[in-house]
Amino acid sequence: MSADKFSNPVVRWIDHRLPIFTFMDHELNEYPTPKNLNYFWNFGSLAGISLVIMIVTGIVLAMSYTPHVDYAFQSVERIMRDVNHGWLLRYIHMNGASFFFIVVFIHIFRGLYYGSYKAPRELLWILGVLILLLMMATAFMGYVLPWGQMSFWGATVITNLFSAIPLVGDSIVTLLWGGFSVDNPTLNRFFALHYLMPFLIVGVVILHLVALHRFGSNNPIGIDPSGPQDTVPFHPYYTIKDFFGLSIFLTLFAAAIFFFPNFMGHPDNYIPANPMQTPAHIVPEWYFLPFYAILRAVPDKLGGVVAMFGAIAVLFILPWLDRSPIRSGNFRPIFRIFFWVFVVDCIALGYLGGMPAEGIYVVLSRVATAWYFLHFLAILPLLSVIETPRPLPQSLSKSVLGGNAMAGVASAVKEKVR
Amino acid sequence: MKWCKAIIFSCALFASNAIAAGSGDVVLKQKDWSFNGPFGTLDKAAMQRGFQAYREICASCHSLNYIAFRNLSDLGYNDDEIKAFAAEYDVEDGPNDEGEMFIRPGIAADRFPSPYPNDAAARAGNNGAYPPDLSLITKARAKGPDYLYSLLTSYKDAPEDKDVPDGMYYNAAYPGYLIAMPQPIYGEDVTYADGAPTDVSAIASDLVYFLTWTAEPSLEKRKRTGVKVMIFLLIMVGMSYGAMKFIWADVKKA
Repeated sequence: MSADKFSNPVVRWIDHRLPIFTFMDHELNEYPTPKNLNYFWNFGSLAGISLVIMIVTGIVLAMSYTPHVDYAFQSVERIMRDVNHGWLLRYIHMNGASFFFIVVFIHIFRGLYYGSYKAPRELLWILGVLILLLMMATAFMGYVLPWGQMSFWGATVITNLFSAIPLVGDSIVTLLWGGFSVDNPTLNRFFALHYLMPFLIVGVVILHLVALHRFGSNNPIGIDPSGPQDTVPFHPYYTIKDFFGLSIFLTLFAAAIFFFPNFMGHPDNYIPANPMQTPAHIVPEWYFLPFYAILRAVPDKLGGVVAMFGAIAVLFILPWLDRSPIRSGNFRPIFRIFFWVFVVDCIALGYLGGMPAEGIYVVLSRVATAWYFLHFLAILPLLSVIETPRPLPQSLSKSVLGGNAMAGVASAVKEKVR
Repeated sequence: MKWCKAIIFSCALFASNAIAAGSGDVVLKQKDWSFNGPFGTLDKAAMQRGFQAYREICASCHSLNYIAFRNLSDLGYNDDEIKAFAAEYDVEDGPNDEGEMFIRPGIAADRFPSPYPNDAAARAGNNGAYPPDLSLITKARAKGPDYLYSLLTSYKDAPEDKDVPDGMYYNAAYPGYLIAMPQPIYGEDVTYADGAPTDVSAIASDLVYFLTWTAEPSLEKRKRTGVKVMIFLLIMVGMSYGAMKFIWADVKKA
């Protein structure tokens, strides 16, 4: 059937033998998508585009970068000064990391609010958490490469965490370092891994998309589309909507790159790494600050490391912690309140991670850390038992169109929901 | 641009590290630099004066490793002037055919030679304190231009209760107030060809212009490109919004 779709004989010849065009037509063109998706559903495609931007700029940067402790910092400055448009490439890559995390964090919170992790999308969610983990590892190793003061000392602090693991901890740290301190072998292997891991991310992203297309996107109502009347083909409806979202994203991204490119970085990273001089405050990049706060909130080293990794690990089992059959937070009045408390808690953790670990900040970090785990391990399981959800609409079309045939998608959804 | 900045700021509102770092409880003097803002430009006359001040005041201790003489064309100098600047310096080259290192006059492709042969020599010449390379100094400090300007203009007599050890100097803009660098500018330290003022704050300001350029020679180009890119993207936002509304119109009516 598929071969008849294409008028170009070359395309037909190829597609008969290798149904790549049928595949693309199916997954990118006619792919049925709920018609009531709001703008929070833009962030998946934005994350994908961010990944591509990072890989492309990264490969070109690698052509002029030297992974050696004596030359790394200089080679980055050469890129900034002597490579044609090198400053632009590097600022895109450097700010791209931050924007990638902004996009992915919003994508994750969207999943949390609309219950996108619930059956049958558990594996889709788990693959997403895996992508987050890989991204964090990649970003951490990338930050080490310019070999500035924060690169060096960040690498020292974070790799030292592994020494908390009983018995094998010290051996693992030696292995990570390739020696007995953060030095040239560390920089070399971090560069190799920083180049490798984005492609692992691409692999997991493909699995993420396969899992997504198995059941299609969740939607703000959280009930499954009941038929073709509830969906629209992906193209042109969501290609154009994603393109509009991309325009907004690129505008904000460009504003950062061209007008305040170093705002999200740390000035100390423009000082070449010096193992003999520790900076006054060692802080990770902003996107790690919530996890850094959790790490420091626990007074015991091993406990802190366990808590930090636990903060991610708990996301893996989230589909089995929140047992409520209702996906969308719109129909869960109590969950909704706790969701926003959780958002505030995460932002608070981010703020506290950037503050010195002393006085009131320590106390607040502990409270916020406790709340983080309480939310997942106690509140969500409890809510699924005690909460009475609001009645769900009968179908997406009904909620989309409401009683009024002329009402816009967004306003109709709002009417139904509020 | 304000709104853009506001959105980014709130997105990254935990980037407090960038703000909190470095300056402690020191209040910096804020100046309205010509390179601030999205349409900012570097003042060439000020940069030339700053370059002169760097050579006559700072260069005896501070290196400028990432700047080559050829880069000076950004300041408005022509090729002959640049060659003349370079030729004033002796540069070690080699080895030659006999295997010997030799000294030759600098050429445009050379980078500024360091005042000291190595870090240890730099420390030894300065009471154990290392005079940092100035190429990146305005990017390597929080609010770099204001910081540098404040530092250069805030040497004062120490308050009664502050004990200033030998070889340290009181500076109201330096974190901890005690700095190993003696006051570098007293006013009238240089004579400018263009007759510009040479009081402490004028020279400090000229140096800030010069060192902002050394930290990022592409600054002006970046901002100019940025304005064009923003115009393009804003048009793209408008057009894609219109296209989206057009395409979705039939879904709403369906």
